[in-house]
Parts: sequence; structure tokens; C-alpha cells
Amino acid sequence: MLDNITLLIQAPVLNVQLLLDGLFVGAIFALAAYGLALVWGVMNVKNLAQGDFVIMGGYIAWWLQKYAGIHPIFGLPVAMLVMFGFGWAIYVIIISRVIGKDLFTSLLATFGLALVISQLLNLAFGPEVQVAESGFAINTLFGGMVTVASIKFISLVLAAILAGMVVTFMKISRMGQAIRATAQDPRAAKVMGIDTERVYAFTFALNAAICGAAGALISMIWVIQPFFGIAHSIRSFVIVTAAGLGNLPGVIMAGLGLGAAEIYAGFIFGAELQQFTVVGLLVAVLVWRQIQYSRHRQVVQ
Amino acid sequence: MTTPALIFKRDSLLLYGGLLVASLAAPFVFADYTFQFTVLWVMILFAVTWDLLGGQMGYNSLGNIFFFGAGMYICAIVQIGLYYDVAEYTAASGEVHVEFTTRQYYTGLILGTIAAAVLSALFAVVFGYIVFGLRGPYFAIGTLGVALSAGELTGAWQYIGGGGGISLPVFPGEPDDRALFFYFLCFSLAAVTFFVLRKIYTGRFGLAINAIRDDEAKAEGMGIQTVRYKTIAWSISAFFLGISGALFGNMIGFIEPLEVAFPTVTFGIFMVVMCLLGGKGTMWGPVVGATLFHAFKEVTWTYMLGWQWVALGALIIVLVVFFQQGVMGWVQEKWPERFGIVVDDAAAQAGPDLDDGTRRREAAQ
Repeated sequence: MLDNITLLIQAPVLNVQLLLDGLFVGAIFALAAYGLALVWGVMNVKNLAQGDFVIMGGYIAWWLQKYAGIHPIFGLPVAMLVMFGFGWAIYVIIISRVIGKDLFTSLLATFGLALVISQLLNLAFGPEVQVAESGFAINTLFGGMVTVASIKFISLVLAAILAGMVVTFMKISRMGQAIRATAQDPRAAKVMGIDTERVYAFTFALNAAICGAAGALISMIWVIQPFFGIAHSIRSFVIVTAAGLGNLPGVIMAGLGLGAAEIYAGFIFGAELQQFTVVGLLVAVLVWRQIQYSRHRQVVQ
Repeated sequence: MTTPALIFKRDSLLLYGGLLVASLAAPFVFADYTFQFTVLWVMILFAVTWDLLGGQMGYNSLGNIFFFGAGMYICAIVQIGLYYDVAEYTAASGEVHVEFTTRQYYTGLILGTIAAAVLSALFAVVFGYIVFGLRGPYFAIGTLGVALSAGELTGAWQYIGGGGGISLPVFPGEPDDRALFFYFLCFSLAAVTFFVLRKIYTGRFGLAINAIRDDEAKAEGMGIQTVRYKTIAWSISAFFLGISGALFGNMIGFIEPLEVAFPTVTFGIFMVVMCLLGGKGTMWGPVVGATLFHAFKEVTWTYMLGWQWVALGALIIVLVVFFQQGVMGWVQEKWPERFGIVVDDAAAQAGPDLDDGTRRREAAQ
């Protein structure tokens, strides 16, 4: 561990490498977390299957590339479309029945869903780790000390474009306005003639589509595996809890920060503690929020 | 919610007697299934201890399995550490043949179990300090985080064997005796847990934690020391889970962090599902739920190999979405008189309205 830290100090260029890697994956974490925050804020459903949606999107892009020869970048919109339909179906079958029940219900129901998705993926594609090959060049910076694949830049740009599109959609389009209205007050929205049931279905499907896109990007720049879903779900929860609901800049910052923290921890403590970093950060963020709240409570008293 | 103490009042003697005879006879009549029956008792213990928080106190923990794993590892360390150097033992990972005499085995087991119980309860106090400020889903996710990170940390800790695990001292005796020994230990533990919790629920303590479930702010306003009650409730739960972990580890004979000691996404979630299936907040619900669930699990494991997890996930979804009141809740709704619940027509008319209001308030939160 100490060796790794001295290595970082002696070769500062390594920091650039780690930071860049962290930011590239962090941008995608932020994308998935934004979807989680959307569903959480609008319909008060905590989706523990979020990460499995991501992995599912990744497998769609990977499958298209492997068996149909479609480049993963073009597989991305396909993954989004498929996941949109899938999300809508899941909403109608499961989620519509857990809205309005107590808070724990949605957590457990989506956990069951996560179990089913990851196992079906495992049965269909096997437990091996997969990568969707994009075939782009790998660039070197700083005289070969830092390597960055072009696909990582492309995925960062794509993630930014996607996020921009979703935000513009929420701001300008009628459906986006309806979603925001429903989030503020479902009953008032209903009175104003908004079909809240449709808004909920659309929101959940939109979230699934965002996850699908994030998954396609992950499959290109990182790895996918049927059981990696839970880690992605926890990452999304960490980011949303740290940033708070409806705080887009916060989600982006927390996402990038988490990505960097995870890559750094993986380098310094070794790969076996990389998972722990994510979960440990979750606990740390919750505790920190709690201290904040208790201070707030004392002020109110 | 009704007081569960009144359930089966009339037939209680018959019921308990019948169950006792059945449990004592089970390992002799179905000798091949002794291991499965032992696991069933552990499952029942999981369910009733989870219900103490989830059902009676309204705190849905997803991380109770932490105490199970902690108990297992504490017991293992004590058992080995009494006579050998733990680091040397784990580094050799079973290659050095070590002998534990009969006397050493039982001393180690007893001391280890006691240490597991006490330290698990202490862990509950420490973690209670951290997580009890969290409410609702945050509590569930926070506890899930604690359990998951414990598994990961244990896997990286070389002193206690890391991801490779530890093999425990071998039982001095025949394999059949060993199975019976652990069967009766787990049976007595589950029975003791059941009656201790039953006793607790009927007293002041039960009323206090029920008040916390119904409205924590009001309970605190009425002068109930909510933090103290919550911590004590969790320690009780952890105490029994720690013992069960110690026994389960010794029964398996080999412990390992992710699959055996901290199986957060299997046993950790099963305990919640079992309570929901049986009906949470009732005394017999978790017991019934655990039995049904264990049977379902074994059947799917045997006949649907490869698809068992899909079946299990689907069961969780169906349970949560369509059958939230559980078996006992359903039975109580169907035959309320048998449970000493007096159904007043006027009250029954008013009942649904009240429920609706509560639900709306919960949705608004």
C-alpha cells in the first residue's frame, strides 16, 4: 500500500492516468445516478435494479456487436430503445403496483427484479466478463506514460450529449413539464388534466433508457458481467445520497468524484478493496448526511 | 396491529406439545434430512430476529446478516486462538494437521459461542449509534452497506484467512452424532429465541417498540427513550444471530467471507422475505414463513437447477407486490375471532378509511 503511494509521488504522471480513468467512468456513473434520482424524485421509488438495467443495456450493445456486427456506438440507441420498452413493461407489471405503498416495498420489489435480471443474463450469456470492442485507436500522452483510448473520449462526449438531451427534454418538452409537475404535486397535476399514470410509466421507461445508454458506454470502456449490477446500483445510490435529489450539478460532481475515488482506491489498496471503497463510501456518505441532519434538527429546536 | 400473544390461546398446549414431539422426532424419522432441518431452525431464528426490528419496531434492516457473520468469525477465532496462533493456522490453510482434543473442542465451542453472542451485541450498539439516525429506505440501504462492506473487508483481512476462509476444528465423534448434536443445538437456540422474544413482546418493551413503529416522533414525545429502545432491540437480535452464526459455522466446518459468513444477498434477504411471506409483526408469521420459504427453496434447488434464483426473485416480487400481509396476516383477516380480535361492524366500516388515510400520509412523505 505504501509502495503504491510512493509510486504515485515519484511518478506524478500516474496521477493523470488514474484521474482521467476515474473521470471517464465517473461520467457514466453520473448518468445512471441521474436516472435513479429522476425516478426517486418523481415517483418515490428506490430502484435497486438500477445497476442491472445498466448491465442489461451493456449486454444489448455487446450482443449486437458480436452477433449482428453492429458497432457499439450504433448499438447504443438500440439499447436505449429496447430498454425504454422494457422499462415501460416493468412499470406496468410491477412498479405501478408498488407506488404509494410503504417505502420499503419498492426497495424489496426492485431487489427481486434485480435478482431475476442478473440470473437471466447469467443463464443467457454465462458468467464471463465481456467487453464490446470498439476498435478505436489508443492514444498515448506524456511520452507514453499515459494511455487513453479514443473510445473513452468519445464515450465522455456521448455521455455529456445524452445528459444535455435529457435535461433539455425535461425543461422544454410537454412531457418533461408534465413530469416535473407530477413530481411537485401528483394530485394537483391530476386535477390539471395530466395523466399521472402515463407520466410515471414514461419516467420509469426514460430511466431504463438512460441506464441502457450508460450500460452501452460501460460495455465499451469498461467491462460487463451479469453480477456487476448490484455494484452499479450502489454507486448510483452513493451519488444520489451525496448530491441530494434534483441537484444535477451535484450529481455530476459526485459521479466524477466517485469514479476518481474508486480508481484511486483500486490502485492504492489493490483490486480486492475496490468494491469495499464503493460500499464504504455509501456508509460514510449516509453517516455524514445524518450528522448534518442532526445538526439541522438542533437548529430547528 | 393486534397483540400476537393471544394467538392460538386455546390450543396452545396442544400446539407446543405437538411441535416439540415433531421436532424431537424429525432427525430420527427423516435421518437423511437432518442437515436440512438444522438449516430450517437457523432460518426460523433469522426470521424471528429480523421481525423484532422489521415487524415490531418498523426498522427494515437489510444488514442483519452482519451479526451472523461476525458471530461466526469471532467464534472461529476464539476456538482456534485458545490453542494455536491464528495467523499461523490460517496461513497454513489446512496444510498443517492440527488436532483438537474432545475437551479442547467443547471448551472452544462454548467460549467461542459466548464471545460471539456478547461481541455481536456490542457491535449492534456501535452500529446502532451510526445507523439509527437514518430513517426508512436510508436505514435499509445503510445497513445493507454495513453488511456488504463487512464481507469485503473480511475477504481482504489475511490474519483471519482472507478470501480463502478458515477450516474449523473437527467434531470429535461420528458424523451422525455430529449432525444430531448441531440439530439439537440449533433447535434449542431457535426455541429459546422464540420464547424470549414472545416474553419481550408482551411486556413494556414490546409496547415501546410498537409505539416506535407506529409513530416514532410521538413515541419520543411521550417520553420513550427511542434511541435506547432501538439499540437494545438490535442488540437482542444481534445476540441470537451471533450465536446462530457460531453454531452454523461449526456445522459447516469451513467458513469463508462472501458465501458462508456474510451472504448478504442470499440469507440476508431471505430473512426479510421469510417474514413477509409469513406476515411480519406477528409471532408465528416468521416461523410459518421460514418453513414455507425453506421448503420452496429446497424444491426449486432440486428441481429447477439453474433457474432457482429466477424463481426466487420472482417469488420476492410476487410476495411484495401482491401478498404483503403474509400468511398470518391473511389468516387473521379471514378468521379474526380465532385470534381474539373482536370485529365490530361499525369499526370495520371505519377501518378501510383509516387505512387509506395512513397510506396517503406515507405516500406523501
